[in-house]
Parts: sequence; C-alpha cells; structure tokens
Amino acid sequence: MKLVICAGSATTGKTSVLRHVARKLVATGHHLAFLKIDVQYADEDEVFAREFAIPTRKVYSGELCPDHCSVLVLGDALKWAGEAGADILVVETAGLCLRCAPYVDGGLGLMVMEATSGMNLPRKVGPMLSLADIAVVTKIDLVSQAEREVFRARIMEAAPSVRVREVNALYGIGIDPLVDLVLQTPDAPERLLLRGNPPVGTCTICVGKKEIGWQSHFGVVRALDNQNFYRGE
Amino acid sequence: MIKTITILGGEGKADKAEEVQRIDLNMGDVVSIVGPTGSGKTTLINDIELFADGDTPTKRRILINGERPPSVYRDDPSRNPIALITQHTNFLSDLPVRVFLGTHARIRCADGSRADALVAQTLAFANQLTGEPVIPDSRMTELSGGQTRALLIADAAIICNTPIVLLDEVENAGIHRTRALELLRQYRKIFIFVTHDPRIALLSDFRIVMRSGCITRVIHTDAAERTFALTVGCLDDALSRLRDKIRFGKHLEKTDFTELERFTPEREAAFL
Ligand SMILES: Nc1nc2c(ncn2[C@@H]2O[C@H](COP(=O)(O)OP(=O)(O)OP(=O)(O)O)[C@@H](O)[C@H]2O)c(=O)[nH]1
Ligand SMILES: Nc1ncnc2c1ncn2[C@@H]1O[C@H](COP(=O)(O)OP(=O)(O)OP(=O)(O)O)[C@@H](O)[C@H]1O
Ligand SMILES: [Mg+2]
Ligand SMILES: [Mg+2]
Ligand SMILES: [Zn+2]
Repeated sequence: MKLVICAGSATTGKTSVLRHVARKLVATGHHLAFLKIDVQYADEDEVFAREFAIPTRKVYSGELCPDHCSVLVLGDALKWAGEAGADILVVETAGLCLRCAPYVDGGLGLMVMEATSGMNLPRKVGPMLSLADIAVVTKIDLVSQAEREVFRARIMEAAPSVRVREVNALYGIGIDPLVDLVLQTPDAPERLLLRGNPPVGTCTICVGKKEIGWQSHFGVVRALDNQNFYRGE
Repeated sequence: MIKTITILGGEGKADKAEEVQRIDLNMGDVVSIVGPTGSGKTTLINDIELFADGDTPTKRRILINGERPPSVYRDDPSRNPIALITQHTNFLSDLPVRVFLGTHARIRCADGSRADALVAQTLAFANQLTGEPVIPDSRMTELSGGQTRALLIADAAIICNTPIVLLDEVENAGIHRTRALELLRQYRKIFIFVTHDPRIALLSDFRIVMRSGCITRVIHTDAAERTFALTVGCLDDALSRLRDKIRFGKHLEKTDFTELERFTPEREAAFL
C-alpha cells in the first residue's frame, strides 16, 4: 500500500489538488482509498466517494492536534484501506499546527500552499514545509508570473531540499508530475515512523491548566525574556 | 536559441475543433490576438505560457523550434523563456518594490552582481510609462493599477529578458502605451499582444482572430492596412491629447478638434 499524506493550511487547495490527482490515478486503474482528518468539520469524504466511487472516511481530531491525531489513527487507516481493496491511501490532513508535520517515512509528503498567501508564508510554516517531499503552489492563476518566481525562491530559501511545483488546481494544470511522484512512491513499510522529530512534548496547558503565567506551570516552560527552560522535578 | 513557436489547434467551447490548426511564429514577429470579450484570448496566451500539451481545457499543444519544449521550461519558472503580463494588475506581495525586483533579478540572472543595475533599469523603463513615478521603497501592494502594469512590462523586458513576451490588454492600464510599444520594439523578441486596440493590431505582422474559444482566422496586415495605420495612429494621438487635457485638469476647446477633422482615410492618402 502506497501512502500519500497531504498537508496545508485551511482552504489552500488540498482537496482541489487531490481531486485532480485522484482522477488521473483512478482513470489509469489504480485503487484508491481516501481519509480526511480535520478538527471539527469536513465533507471531503462525501466528495471523493461521490466523484470517484472509492472507499472514504473522515475523523475529527477535536481536542487533539490534528497531526497528533493522524499519528494515532494512521495504523488503523492503512488496515482499513487494505481491507477495502485499495493500493494507494491518500490522507488529507488539516495542517493547523505549525510546529509538527504529519508526514511519514516511506510515504509521500505533499504540502499545499497558495501563491496568494504573501511572501513570508514559506518562512512561517516550519516543518510542514521543510519535512515535505514536494511543495505544491496553488492559485498561480491569480498572481503575476514575476510573483510566482519570487514565491518559489522564497520556498527554496526556507526549504532547500523540497521540490516545488506550481499548479492551477481549478483546471488541473501542472498535476501530472504529482501523479508520477505518487506512482514512484514505494509501498509503506511495516513499521511506520513519523518523519522528523515532534516538537517539545505535552505541557501543562495542553492537559488543561488554564492559569496565565509560567509560574503556574510545570515541565518545559518559557518566560517572555527567556528561552525554554524546565521547571519541576 | 528559440527560433519559432508553434500553436497546434485544439477545440473551442462546446468541443468544436478550431478552424486554424497550426500557427508558426518566428523570432522578431509581432502578433496580436483579437476577438470579442469572452472569446478565449486570455485562455490562448495562458496555453502558450504553460506550454500546453493537450492537458488544458482547450487541448492545444505548443511547440518550440518545432518540438515539444524541454520539461525544464515547465519545471522551473525562472528558466521559462516566456514572460506573461496578465490582465490582473494587482500585486499580492507586500514586499517593497526594490526587494521584490532585486530578488527577481537574482533569480533570473546568473551574474548576481548585475542585479542592482537591472533593478535601476527596470524602474527607469517603468517610469517612462507611468504618470507618477514608482517609489522603490513603497510596497508592491501600494502601486496603482497603471504603475503595477508598467513595472511588470519593464520586469518582463529587462529582468526576465525572455525571447517571448505575452501581454494581455496593455491598453487597459492607463499607461503610456505608445511609449511602451516603442520601448519594447527596441528588443528583438516574439511579442504577442492580446488587444482590442486597432493601433496595436495594425502595428502587428498578423493577427489571430478568436471566436467562442476557437482560433478562427489569421489575418496578415496588408499594404492598405499599413497606410491606415498612420491615420489610426494620428487619431489615437489626438485622442491621447484630449485624454491628457482631462487628466491634467484642463478644459477642452473647439480648437482641440480642428486637427481631428483632417483625418479621413482619403485625405490622409492624398496627404501622403
Ligand atoms: N483560482 C484558484 N482557486 C483555487 C485553486 N485551488 C483551489 N482554489 C479554490 O480555493 C478554495 C479552497 O480549495 P479547497 O481545495 O477546498 O482547499 P482545502 O485546502 O482542501 O481546504 P480545507 O480542506 O477546507 O482546509 C476553493 O474555492 C477552490 O476552488 C487554484 O489553483 N486557483
Ligand atoms: N477553447 C476553449 N475551450 C473551453 N473553454 C474555453 C476555451 N477558450 C476559452 N474558454 C473559456 O471561456 C471563458 C472566457 O475566456 P477568456 O477569459 O480567455 O476570454 P477573453 O477573450 O480573454 O475575454 P476578455 O476580452 O474579456 O478578456 C473562460 O472561462 C475560458 O475558460
Ligand atoms: Mg479540503
Ligand atoms: Mg482576457
Ligand atoms: Zn501539533
């Protein structure tokens, strides 16, 4: 089973890109399964089921960081996709947390960014970009060619090892190289590992302590004039 | 070296095959694309810029020097030999003009030490087309529509310096378009103008006529039309003068029109 994980901020065009990729893969006889992970609302499972008649599912991460949620559910999802007869599992995540990234070693990591998002975005998205295999730049139809080139340079500066591909996800222009990348992806290994290191672990805020001020908290904390430090036993 | 670019026809709206199935453009050609609003002019130049290979809604294909273009043209935008100036004239980038142009110059030009000189030339070119000069420290998003368009044209000619330049309706930006044409024609390139302007159309070697998404005809500018081009130019200059008077807060007077009355084609022919 090939595993494709697609991340990117809300409304950047993840679904639009994946629909064009799915159309081409289905048309060439591949069996897809599709999973959407989002925080509290998603309808992509219905869209993909209706359009391509493939097995689809969604999970809401609710209180969890959606990328952490993906770590927890991905094992089950691969099993489900296998039982449903798929040979490629496509996962669309939410990509809200800019400190972690959902990509998995041995799977394909697609990061979607809009060309309209401002020149500083590539510097802000952290591991979601730098740990991806390819950055897909959507909405190129809305910006000038000069801006497209400068945006690409900004991405390459922030993440030199990531490939960049510009697409118009409305008409599916520029999609073919993504399809090729999916097909070149090997089957996911038996033991799956999250790519890169997750950020600093659980803090007391995550577990529900709401008091403001680091003095009320334990573990890795930080003050305004200080770097992170450890407080507690 | 790019010598020719070829458009292989596809289909129009309602999947009707295009009447014209092949057009070859040679280095140095100046070509216009004309047709009613919504007829597919912008779509055609987008196909060219993307090196369509049967994979756009029009199914057209674009060849360079008679062959499928190398994939690097599509894979790396800064190696694209085509510069496109779109109809949208808003920048979304909030970088200062100098930073934006400097970054672009360093992407496009192997010799980074020339970047500052290219930026200066680009600004000088742009400022010949605008009413009010572009301030290098202002943000790109603060530029007016005309300033943006002027800067993009200058960027295409000087920083991109590509052998092929596509311009979508230069006339609509309130820039000094006759000056733009004069400046651009100093460069030997293939120019393709999408236009509704008879002056630009008549300055072209030929024009591609669009209807319902299809290329329906190719019309070469013949000798008779070339003589009309002079008349059209004079009429257009006269109109520009009226436009400028309005722009600079002046009143129009009867004498502003005496000149215009001279321009009927018969009189102009006799005059020549
Ligand atoms: N003009 C233009 N619009 C696009 C492009 N790609 C996506 N859009 C539009 O952007 C909007 C959001 O696209 P989606 O594909 O739903 O984005 P998403 O990333 O899946 O969004 P969420 O899953 O809700 O976070 C839609 O209205 C799309 O039509 C593009 O290349 N050009
Ligand atoms: N060959 C084609 N097949 C299918 N759709 C087409 C084709 N050509 C154009 N269209 C569609 O027609 C619409 C109008 O096209 P376009 O914007 O290119 O027109 P235009 O001539 O540039 O108009 P304007 O003068 O208003 O700028 C677009 O939605 C475009 O996708
Ligand atoms: Mg989506
Ligand atoms: Mg148009
Ligand atoms: Zn997280």
